[in-house]
Amino acid sequence: MEYSSLQRQVAYMKKRLFDQGYLDEQFYQLEELQDEANPNFVEEVVTLFFRDSSRLMANIEQALEKCPQDFHRLDSFMHQLKGSTSSIGALRVKNECTQFREYCDEGNLDGCQRSFQKVKREHAVLKQKLKAYFQLLRQIGPTERATPPGG
Amino acid sequence: MVMENLAASSRTEAFPVGLRVLVVDDDPTWLKILEKMLRKCSYEVTTCGLARVALEMLRERKDRFDIVISDVNMPDMDGFKLLEHVGLEMDLPVIMMSIDGETSRVMKGVQHGACDYLLKPVRMKELKNIWQHVYRKKMHEVKEIEGHDINEDLQIRNGPEDFEDRLVLNGTDMNSVRKRKDVDSKEHPDQEFCDPATVKKARVVWSVDLHQKFVNAVNQIGIDKVGPKKILDLMNVPGLTRENVASHLQKYRLYLSRLQKQNEGRTFSGNMQSDFSSQDVSENFDLHNSTQTQQNGASSKYIYTNQKISEQGIAPDACADDFKGVVSLQVTDRKQALLSDVPDSQKVSGVSQLGVLLSFKDMMPIVDMKPLKPSISRHQPWNAGIPVVQSMQCPKHNHEHCSLFEDCSCLPKPDKEPQGFVDHFHTPTSLISITCNSEDDMSGLSEFNPVQTNQKSSHSKAISPMSFMTNPVSVQVDSGLSSTQDFGATCEEDGETNKKEYYYDQTCSGRIPPPLELSLKNETDLASLPEELQLCSLQGIGCFENLGLNSMEIFQYNDSTSAIEVYSNWNDGLEFNCDYLYDSVDYPMIDECLFA
Repeated sequence: MEYSSLQRQVAYMKKRLFDQGYLDEQFYQLEELQDEANPNFVEEVVTLFFRDSSRLMANIEQALEKCPQDFHRLDSFMHQLKGSTSSIGALRVKNECTQFREYCDEGNLDGCQRSFQKVKREHAVLKQKLKAYFQLLRQIGPTERATPPGG
Repeated sequence: MVMENLAASSRTEAFPVGLRVLVVDDDPTWLKILEKMLRKCSYEVTTCGLARVALEMLRERKDRFDIVISDVNMPDMDGFKLLEHVGLEMDLPVIMMSIDGETSRVMKGVQHGACDYLLKPVRMKELKNIWQHVYRKKMHEVKEIEGHDINEDLQIRNGPEDFEDRLVLNGTDMNSVRKRKDVDSKEHPDQEFCDPATVKKARVVWSVDLHQKFVNAVNQIGIDKVGPKKILDLMNVPGLTRENVASHLQKYRLYLSRLQKQNEGRTFSGNMQSDFSSQDVSENFDLHNSTQTQQNGASSKYIYTNQKISEQGIAPDACADDFKGVVSLQVTDRKQALLSDVPDSQKVSGVSQLGVLLSFKDMMPIVDMKPLKPSISRHQPWNAGIPVVQSMQCPKHNHEHCSLFEDCSCLPKPDKEPQGFVDHFHTPTSLISITCNSEDDMSGLSEFNPVQTNQKSSHSKAISPMSFMTNPVSVQVDSGLSSTQDFGATCEEDGETNKKEYYYDQTCSGRIPPPLELSLKNETDLASLPEELQLCSLQGIGCFENLGLNSMEIFQYNDSTSAIEVYSNWNDGLEFNCDYLYDSVDYPMIDECLFA
């Protein structure tokens, strides 16, 4: 009972993440890759993502502060970040990255800065949500983790 | 041999199971995901976060991977650049990936030679089918070879779609091919793969000479107005097809454009060309058997340049590591002597004919010698003292260099994958890998191991050692191949001074072996030799170009004497990279080989 309740919670949480556009199809792909050989695959990948993306974002932040602006470089960083977000299906973050790059193309520094703030925010929010998600998942246990019943 | 068989069969048990993939991506998250995905496809995965490191890995062992998947945007090296390198040096199929799906980017990828372009996020189902690119490449090669080899009239068209047609066209040839295959099949149980290919592939090897012709033609026409047909006509090399020229031209163009960008004022081409011309390479490597061999003139010199000998199957005992130094052989002799049909090669037991002296002193370790595998297996009788042609792979680190040779070096067919597939694809090349050790070690070269042994093993066994007779064969080591040194210098495509990246560097720290003088002696014997003896002169590097061209040439090397008789089966497989030297067996003629 407790388990199934937890499972329901997890399922619900996940559904919301998808419905609200935080995650996309790619996340399902990751789940499918998870197996006995890698029982914590999804969490590992997500952790890796946040670590690497934080580094990238620090680079961007630094580059933004420089003067004069090197939009080419900024764009390049953001391109990397965007590629990274696609790895776990971080949809919202990805969209903000796209927006940022558009501002970059225009040479719109102000736009870039605002956009970057959004990127940071989405990134932080997602991080928090996924953290909670995995915590819950861990409580369920490995066997159930694979396919929590649809909520 | 047995080991090879086992290894081969286990690996090829159920192709594409065990496909060896190298994934290059600076994004650690993607690297992890891709690795998992590929593992789930039952592939053997190696990941790499740096393009430079990936290139090193590839160069280190050409036959280590079957296919490369790389991201386009990487901080240390542009993905397209990596793509070019791999295509030129190893000739492995490369798949590009990117989150950017813009048409222009995709087009660029295709232009640079990518066999596919995947958009991120990549799905597993897309990865499941990547084996087709490996297979397709093999098919092409086989077809090419077959076409050249067996029937000059056959028009070999490159293109997967033609495969079926080609098979039909090559039907007759296939029979003969099949026969040989049967012989091979004993040794290579896992041939099921090759069936479709049947084809042994006659690889066109762009020998120095041939490349020189090509470049001359291009220069004559004018690089802007040049076109494959025009070049083909100007070159006037029988057996060479328009497709061969077209693909070579494409690579050459890429090379040139890259050069321009890098433009450090290298006069690479200049050097190379002059080197070549000075080589007095009178012989052009005939692509056809026998007919062309007539060209020998008094000076049928073969310049043997091996930049790096990639050993694939270096003589059983000799590991590729033993191979060192560059040997440039200039064999002056009547070509006819060297010409011989494949079947006749068996007569070449009397190695005494060609005296090719190879002095491998100071040879740099050979990067890898590709043994010509399959071919040997086919010619069992050849084993009897018949030297094996070795396919040496010359690292293509030198792009510039490569370009000179028209990708000679660059096009080393990546042996690597062939390794695994060698069995499958009966590589007809009768090339024998020769591990040439320093002179002192020459004694170690005892017999020739049939290529077949090497086939299976990815690199362990090279063809049996060449025995070099000290007959008065004068092999001129083209020490003038300072180009090799240039190579080293120019290795770094990125202008990085880290030459290490080029295995070339690694292997030859710029030492150039003393010139060797080899002169062919016995014409008669040569007659039994396969028609073309293509030698590329490499300097300082102990690479042997694949000498495997159709006929097998025996290299006999005596410690005491400096003369070495070279019987090499100059199969079409003669290339620096000799990856695909197989298939030469059936084709008496030598394909254009790419000398590295």
